[in-house]
Amino acid sequence: MIENTLLTQIFIFVLAASAGFELITKVPPTLHTPLMSSANAVSGITLLGAILVAGQLGGITATILGLFAVILSTINVVGGFMVTDRMLGMFRKDRRKQE
Amino acid sequence: MNTDNLIGVAYLIATLLFIIGLKRFNSPATARSGNFLSSAGMFIAIIATLYDQKIINYQTIAIGIVIGSVIGALMSRTIRMTAMPQLVAIFNGLGGGASSIVAASEFTRLYTKSSIEPAVSFSIMFGTLIGLVTLSGSVVAFLKLQGILRGQPITFPLQKSVSTVLFIVILAAIVYLIQSSFMPLYLALVIACLLLGLLLVIPIGGADMPVVISLLNSYSGIAAAAAGFILGNVMLIVAGALVGAAGIILTQIMIKAMNRSLANVMFGAFGASDQSITADISSNSKPIRQTTAQDAAVMLAYARSAIFVPGYGLAVSQAQHQLKELGTLMDQRGVSVKYAIHPVAGRMPGHMNVLLAEAEVSYDKLFDLEQINDEFSNTDVVLVIGANDVVNPDARDNSTSPLYGMPILEVDLAQQVLVLKRSLNPGFAGIDNELFYKSNTSMLFGDAKASLGTLIEEIKQA
Repeated sequence: MIENTLLTQIFIFVLAASAGFELITKVPPTLHTPLMSSANAVSGITLLGAILVAGQLGGITATILGLFAVILSTINVVGGFMVTDRMLGMFRKDRRKQE
Repeated sequence: MNTDNLIGVAYLIATLLFIIGLKRFNSPATARSGNFLSSAGMFIAIIATLYDQKIINYQTIAIGIVIGSVIGALMSRTIRMTAMPQLVAIFNGLGGGASSIVAASEFTRLYTKSSIEPAVSFSIMFGTLIGLVTLSGSVVAFLKLQGILRGQPITFPLQKSVSTVLFIVILAAIVYLIQSSFMPLYLALVIACLLLGLLLVIPIGGADMPVVISLLNSYSGIAAAAAGFILGNVMLIVAGALVGAAGIILTQIMIKAMNRSLANVMFGAFGASDQSITADISSNSKPIRQTTAQDAAVMLAYARSAIFVPGYGLAVSQAQHQLKELGTLMDQRGVSVKYAIHPVAGRMPGHMNVLLAEAEVSYDKLFDLEQINDEFSNTDVVLVIGANDVVNPDARDNSTSPLYGMPILEVDLAQQVLVLKRSLNPGFAGIDNELFYKSNTSMLFGDAKASLGTLIEEIKQA
């Protein structure tokens, strides 16, 4: 059993990265732009870090920095997922062929 | 169950949603639901984090989320599809910037205490470095894509040496800061990291932007993972690692499609104005065949099969709707019309596909390099719209060409090639294109949108 927290975290990082490699290799080129903007929105996960930083009491500097981080990463998350949805809404197959 | 366990379970659900969400990107039919699942995962992760016992100040968080949501929603609604590379560049930068701020504020919170754990300290420095490089690099990429900075590589003497020295100084500062926290040095590090990002992207030319954007995408993920190591937050580590991996895969695909190495893209200043090549073009007396819209329309209208090859020029003149109209018109006349998309056409991976999707071109009419290259020799007409380097036969035939070895769309094998181009100026890489001088090539000069409009009118009358 791994007791060391840091080592556990590195384990998790490596496994998640491997899963990422496997998943992304199977994405067709036509979806590369929406994939990138969706993945980009996921990298806005740093919002969780921003929330933890902004929510703690740590003086005015920390609060301002935290607020800034929350704003930037929220733009990243909300804008990223919404614009991806807008793009993917435009991808369609020829209707005649579906019938 | 206590709160920490509940948060952990929520993170587990969010992780699964991210993974299933990414998996659904393996088909255009399921991708939209995949994006929705990922956003649901994100929502769950955010709500769970708000229950963290360390959080006391909800006001700041609420203000930040409201402001960020409004700006993000407005940006995503108003952006034009042709400007998508700029938007993704900016979003990359914001993610990296936010991660570096998280690192910086943890540093300001912890540095007065005598002992920060070395692993945390290292993560703070690494997060600062990669987050800030992502931020300033993305800003430069945005300025180039938006046309505020010129798209050609911007170089100055000793550029590589300056970047290398700066990088070594940054590493030295990081080593020092891990051992002893010293605020002025940390601030200097912040500035140095911003400068490094700027120096890394500024010498890279417009045609190499698909690689840069993919790489910055990867960095933004790695920066988020670094923030996760700082805060000991597993959710950040997992999601950051997934995005980091995605960006690396896309970077590799782009580099392979250009037959280049990452080092060559990053430091080669590819397409920096090479005097000898430029001079060669201006004194060029090779004959080209210029055609009229009328003749070109006849060629297209009476073909049996046609392949459209769009490039960055299509995005510049925003001619995707006209191209689709032309395709539909030809289709109605019984011409088989397909679209061939080179992996690095445009300014980001999949750029052309999004534009054509916006114009409602069915995605099963779009073909990759490998899928379509065998078909050119059996095709009557190829219509090249604003593409250049990706159709340059020199990449296949001329071992002295800087493009040599890059996989191209072999349009010159078709019966007839019609090239829509603004002028005879070379492409972004500044390399002359043999295709334009081939006997089966005709050139129709002018803005792509205007030319396509005229072609549509002519074909309607034909």
